[in-house]
Amino acid sequence: MNVISLSSFDLALAASLLLLLSLLSLLFRLGLERRILFFGCRMTAQLFFVGLILRYLFANGSLLLVSLMSLVMLFAAGREVQARQKRKIMGLSGYMISISAMCVSSFTVTILALLVIIQVKPWYTPQYAIPLLGMLLGNTMSGISLALDRMTDQLYGRRGEVEQRLLLGQTWQEATREIRSDCMRTGMMPIINSMAAAGLISLPGMMTGQILGGTPPVEAVKYQILIMFLIASGTGFGVVSAIWMSGLLLFDDRHRLRLEVLNPDRK
Amino acid sequence: MFLGIANLTFLDKGPFTFSVEKGECVGITGRSGVGKTQLFRAITDLIPSKGDVRLAGISCKDFAPEKWRSRVTMVPSDSSWWYDRVGEHFLHKGQGDDLREGCALLGLDPGVLAWQVNRLSVGERQRLSLLRTLQIRPAVLLLDEPSSGLDAYHTTLLEDYVEHYRKLYMPAIVWVSHDPEQLRRVAVRKFRMEETGLFAANDDHQQGLSPGKR
Repeated sequence: MNVISLSSFDLALAASLLLLLSLLSLLFRLGLERRILFFGCRMTAQLFFVGLILRYLFANGSLLLVSLMSLVMLFAAGREVQARQKRKIMGLSGYMISISAMCVSSFTVTILALLVIIQVKPWYTPQYAIPLLGMLLGNTMSGISLALDRMTDQLYGRRGEVEQRLLLGQTWQEATREIRSDCMRTGMMPIINSMAAAGLISLPGMMTGQILGGTPPVEAVKYQILIMFLIASGTGFGVVSAIWMSGLLLFDDRHRLRLEVLNPDRK
Repeated sequence: MFLGIANLTFLDKGPFTFSVEKGECVGITGRSGVGKTQLFRAITDLIPSKGDVRLAGISCKDFAPEKWRSRVTMVPSDSSWWYDRVGEHFLHKGQGDDLREGCALLGLDPGVLAWQVNRLSVGERQRLSLLRTLQIRPAVLLLDEPSSGLDAYHTTLLEDYVEHYRKLYMPAIVWVSHDPEQLRRVAVRKFRMEETGLFAANDDHQQGLSPGKR
């Protein structure tokens, strides 16, 4: 079965639904029409732009270009994680935590999958490397930012308890045991939920896309299972490293809780 | 000297210099906000500070932080609890009898260890927090207004219990209180704390001064 290519007319037809929606918004004075149109256009432009880049990348799949693209994606993801924090760790170190955690969660797992599991040759073949990386970055991001946000928020809110435990002669690791396992649970919640819902309640986006693109369902399912495993383990490793690194920054070598590294502004 | 503090400065306060001998109880007074709690936090190494803090001649820096705080520790004026039940906060083995005895001497209900934490009154929390700290057998005990939530009767029980611990384990004790009568009962020496340092305060001086201040 071949992929049915979408014509501009098909896309325009779908876009007309959005136009209809904005008309509705105009009619009922919902004030949403500008945003719907703006973000609809922006999304279209973004995706076309990425499509062009990917076309170029797929044609000239050098290691250098693939790495460059991956780094851009990684920094964007790190920035996104950092932007979602209520109480940010200030300065470069906070940014570095987000980026390193995303790196652990996505890069290591992607490279492992390419080299050991899928075994494409060469291993950086952009048709595999870029979508896999994007899938992992996008899906581990929310877990990691949730865990980081909870870690700083809990340490701020429960500082009396943490300091009391330090005063009883506990190390920072002992004094934050419950807080850290709570953050781990929070960070893993989205992926555990989506593993539970996969197939029964929701058809995962990648599988849907492959099936629409003409892949036999069982093949698509196998890839989806692979991706789920990768996302779950990537999220787990990323969350653990994010919690550990933020602990090392929020406590100094004398095991003092240093909340002054947090951004005082609350959003 | 057992607890020796020399030229301790923190948060633009100090320098503070004083020492406490083994088995001695020293009182500190000072107006609210002068930094008494922060002084304790600096001594227990919870906040960065400059200067020299020594226990039996060994510098704080030569201790692992958790070892230092299990020898030199404070009972904060507002206690924190993190498990559901009171007893879960007391997990040092082989001290069950001590603990029951402590509860009795402090006038706590014999079944208090099985209670939910949110059932405790402020005064009960305060006494249990003291018990919780004493079970690690600190060599230096810093008490931050330990009886602020207690009535006169339970204040006496608490003072007697600290005295009992002092006789048994001979710790150095520093007691912060706003009540000069209490410090007269429990402390052999007293200091008045200002932002710029600690000043010896004796009873006559204080009695002479306080009416004039008012």
